Amino acid sequence: MNASEPLVRVEGLTHYYGNHLGCRDVGFELYESEVLAVVGESGSGKTTLLNCLSTQIVPTSGKVMYRFRDGHVENLFDMSEAEQRVLLRTDWGFVMQNPRDGLRMGVSAGANVGERLMSVGNRHYGNIRKTALDWLERVEIDPTRIDDSPRTFSGGMQQRLQIARNLVTSPRLVFMDEPTGGLDVSVQARLLDLIRRIVADLGLSIVIVTHDLAVARLLSDRIIVMKNGKIIEQGLTDQVLDDPHQPYTQLLVSSILQVGA
Amino acid sequence: MTSEPETLLKVRGLCKGFTMHLQGGLRLPVVSDVALAVRQGECVVLGGPSGAGKSSLLKMVYGNYAADAGMIEVLHRGIIVDIARAAPRQILEVRKKSVGYVSQFLSVIPRVSARDLIADVARAWGATEDAAQRDAADMLDRLNIPETLWSLPPATFSGGEQQRVNIARGFMGKHPLLLLDEPTASLDAMNRKVVLDLINEKKTGGVGMLGIFHDPETRAAVADRIVDVTAFSAAA
Repeated sequence: MNASEPLVRVEGLTHYYGNHLGCRDVGFELYESEVLAVVGESGSGKTTLLNCLSTQIVPTSGKVMYRFRDGHVENLFDMSEAEQRVLLRTDWGFVMQNPRDGLRMGVSAGANVGERLMSVGNRHYGNIRKTALDWLERVEIDPTRIDDSPRTFSGGMQQRLQIARNLVTSPRLVFMDEPTGGLDVSVQARLLDLIRRIVADLGLSIVIVTHDLAVARLLSDRIIVMKNGKIIEQGLTDQVLDDPHQPYTQLLVSSILQVGA
Repeated sequence: MTSEPETLLKVRGLCKGFTMHLQGGLRLPVVSDVALAVRQGECVVLGGPSGAGKSSLLKMVYGNYAADAGMIEVLHRGIIVDIARAAPRQILEVRKKSVGYVSQFLSVIPRVSARDLIADVARAWGATEDAAQRDAADMLDRLNIPETLWSLPPATFSGGEQQRVNIARGFMGKHPLLLLDEPTASLDAMNRKVVLDLINEKKTGGVGMLGIFHDPETRAAVADRIVDVTAFSAAA
């Protein structure tokens, strides 16, 4: 339980898809309650990095050292697939860009949240339903919609439901892949504000991949800028965005539309 | 009143320039070899014409701009932290507990009422919910924000009202060192007087301040010392 030790330590992470480079020699540390944004354009390797970190793909080389709740540290890729799956279900959450990929569209909103609780051993129906109701309220979904299918929800509601589904089991680490990507601007603002508050309340560690620097600025403590599969700049979010050093980062920052700043 | 005031900030050998890669690598020197210190209970004002690097200097002390060389030592819970070298999470800790930034222009957080924005700060500094709400109300009242607006998010306010909410937030914290980035610019006489009072109260409470004030009258009213930034001109 030593909070001064990183939760995740990434070393020399490299992934090739055949001859094609995904990401190369990526290294960083993530501490508890830290929100890390990974930014870069399409093809910069940020999604490859996220998929390696969350063990959805096995990297060509490199390590991801993870500190478990009991304090022991292990390379995720030395674990069996079954162990990795348990981790993904208990210690972690994964919020996908498209809520239809992260939700089970065939079951009710309540079941989407409750299912995660059952997967970590909850069996008491009344408790599960009560917790699901609490979480719907927390993500600003009308609790009377608990028995409705997420198909009847708007995109913003679906995304909020996906967040509830991921956070209900109190994960330590949550991966987010462009969580506001497909949403209208006004819906995005509401979702960002919600994520910001929940993250602060729960003290979660987050790795969020986004191409939107405004999202990174609002949510993250630290930022990693990727280009051609490599980290080209990293540091405190407001420092990297307000005083960027690398040519590519300066280009990214200068490309933001200044709206009412 | 017997103990010597502690040094809260000590800057030495600080250098900064910008390399504009989008303008063919154009190099803009800002400051070089800056040395200054701020002790408890004093307000040090950065002087010099616009473009001299006052604002960049303030931003470096806050960790918002990176330093090219030199040291920015701040006292953080009894330990000296060099902001020029500190890890991001250390800088965030320092900002939470030791160094506050008072500016009229902070990014507005959507959907949070003016009163809650300020109460959040009071709560972060240990106030109970009731006390935090009361302190927030007092501060908004002092800065002449009409009570009808308190429950609304500042995004809907006039420019001047938003500026005063940001100032209120900045002064609500209990940081031992405050960086004041033109907190009185464009305020009317009545509100400028309120901000001067807030600064003087902080000073009496032992808070050290490093600030930028363009208005000579205000500067004269708050400054214990003026540090002329042109002395650190890098372009010379």
